[in-house]
Amino acid sequence: MRVLVIEDDNDTAHFLRKALRESGHAADVASDGAMGLEMARAGSYGVLVIDRMLPHRDGLSVIEVLRTAGDRTPVLILSALGDVDDRVKGLKAGGDDYLTKPFAYSELLARIEALARRNEPQERATVYVVGDLSLDRLSHKVSRGGEAIVLQPREFRLLEYLMKHAGQVVTRTMLLEHVWDYHFDPQTNVIDVHVSRLRGKIDKGFAEPLLHTVRGAGYMLRQGPG
Amino acid sequence: MPADEAGSEARPVEGRGPLVRLLAPGGLAGTSTFRWLIGYSLVFLLITGAIVGTLFWRTNDLLTRHVLATIASEVQGLREQFRAGGATLLVRSLAERSRVAGPGLYYLSSPFGEKAAGNLDGLPIELAANGTSGLFHYRPPGSGESASRLAAGVSIEIPGKYILVVGRDIEDQRSFAEDARRTFLIGLGLIGLLGLGGGVLASRRLLRRIDGMSAASRLIMAGDLTGRVPVSGAGDELDRLASSLNLMLARIEELMAGLREVSDNIAHDLKTPINRLRNRAEQALRDGGGVVEYRAALEGSIEEADDLMRTFNALLSIARLEAGAARDNLGLLDLTGIVRDAAELYEPLVEEAGLRLETRIGDTIMVQADRQLITQAIANLIENAIKYGGGPDIGRAAGVGSPSSTQATGGKVTVTLRRESEAAILTVADRGPGIPLEDRERALKRFVRLESSRTRPGSGLGLSLVAAVVRLHGGSVRLEDNGPGLRVTIALPLASP
Repeated sequence: MRVLVIEDDNDTAHFLRKALRESGHAADVASDGAMGLEMARAGSYGVLVIDRMLPHRDGLSVIEVLRTAGDRTPVLILSALGDVDDRVKGLKAGGDDYLTKPFAYSELLARIEALARRNEPQERATVYVVGDLSLDRLSHKVSRGGEAIVLQPREFRLLEYLMKHAGQVVTRTMLLEHVWDYHFDPQTNVIDVHVSRLRGKIDKGFAEPLLHTVRGAGYMLRQGPG
Repeated sequence: MPADEAGSEARPVEGRGPLVRLLAPGGLAGTSTFRWLIGYSLVFLLITGAIVGTLFWRTNDLLTRHVLATIASEVQGLREQFRAGGATLLVRSLAERSRVAGPGLYYLSSPFGEKAAGNLDGLPIELAANGTSGLFHYRPPGSGESASRLAAGVSIEIPGKYILVVGRDIEDQRSFAEDARRTFLIGLGLIGLLGLGGGVLASRRLLRRIDGMSAASRLIMAGDLTGRVPVSGAGDELDRLASSLNLMLARIEELMAGLREVSDNIAHDLKTPINRLRNRAEQALRDGGGVVEYRAALEGSIEEADDLMRTFNALLSIARLEAGAARDNLGLLDLTGIVRDAAELYEPLVEEAGLRLETRIGDTIMVQADRQLITQAIANLIENAIKYGGGPDIGRAAGVGSPSSTQATGGKVTVTLRRESEAAILTVADRGPGIPLEDRERALKRFVRLESSRTRPGSGLGLSLVAAVVRLHGGSVRLEDNGPGLRVTIALPLASP
């Protein structure tokens, strides 16, 4: 996948380009808003990573221009402004996700990959299936190997999100944001406990674990070795 | 002498004439009190002038008419005498009347233009024409040229070509009126002067007090925040103003002290981890070693940086909350839902820590709130309860709390929400060691980390953040003894129905 990084801080931009290439993505860098807008229009990118505050053209205005022109490329906004207000503004302008600086690279990568796979047919299915685990989004029934699994409402939503992003790394913050709709940074491993309870319900007693911990990044639901 | 000139430039008002001092910018004439008094005096003078002037004019008019009536009746009498006894009787009567000393003035000229009778020396020029009436001047017999007196009179023709002049001396009346006018004008002048003098005195007094206030505020602006505006003790409006200003100054001083304390705390909270980060990197370089050692040092550095970032974010959040900007995001919400969700999020973690989460949440309680902030506050309190109010194992490991009490109560975190008359009361309580009474107030202050929290993970700013969130919602926080443990009680105002 090609990623365009519009970021005026040279160190950050080059760190991101290098890291994205190491993760197997092609990455271009634009150092100001005007140049970024031009490149985004010219090339075809899977995801745009746009810094909120840019010289020549503000990051939000870049997004607005693209959206007005009908460009639906997923946009991840990077910002030093971390208020709920700023977040809402960014998403209103047409951003798809919002990440506050400073961030861990693993967090950024997980979000970029989630954005890139958005709208894939599998995501819109009414039944998610990973290996012998299946989740019916309409009847709220979950089963593994034909055996029904009883989940609490929140556990169901947690599993639903993990299955929707099967094969992708999902970070703790992403879970907190999408499953619980909380946008703050808890200082404890509150999410880990929920995940391990879920793991107890879907993996316990089965030979092959599906819910994996990705060290230093988060979790991934997948079948077989990643 | 340039030096002297420079000196006088510096003090433009002092050392000059009183008028200059009065009219100089910032001088007395520039004060509102003075202007008000001048205006008041002018109006007073005008009204008094109008009243006294009218009175004066009416009196004069009355006196003049009285004189004219007297003259007319005398003329009438003399005419009758002429008709009864002819010129002879008229002459005799005039001589008789002229002999009596008084204001009456008479003159009768014969057909030949000579004086036939009367006490006037001659026909007054002003009344020479026949049938005229008006004012005239005359000299009393035996007096000098200068002693000309004013009189009013008429001249009429008597059959036989006699001309009769009857007049009355009005010099006394005139000089009385003149005296009265002069007295009146002097009076007005005095009133004006007194008004001006009073104005000067009053505004100087006022000016001195205002100058005192100006001087005090200048001192305060120069940096002396302990300075206060002088209060005279008279209890007037100026004193009330001074008291209000002093209250404001006290508040500003308090805020400034708070700010200073805050920046000290921030400096301490950020410098310590930065220093640790630096030490760790330096230590790794000095120790050398292989890839494994370097990797461990770098991982440690990232952890330190994350920690630093958490502290920084917490500080920033508190600062933003204190600024009150987030108040716009408050919406009408059911607090019970927020608390239930937060409790649900944390229940597994509490249990993982070997504790029990007990919730007692009542029926719908509507408040004006920000879900994210309220949840974050509850999250902080529950995280604190887990961290400090741990069960017997955690309590012993940290070396706090008496074993008997913690064991007896068996580690429990209690979250309750109920409605009281005017407020929603949310409590989060643990059975840990609690916070000593003397530290409780401090723990809620902005950016304050109790010493005990510095040695544990987390920003240690949890309670400060809770207090800031609650303040933003217009509520209050109390830290209480849960016997044993800490009970945090938050009161939030109910949404008005």
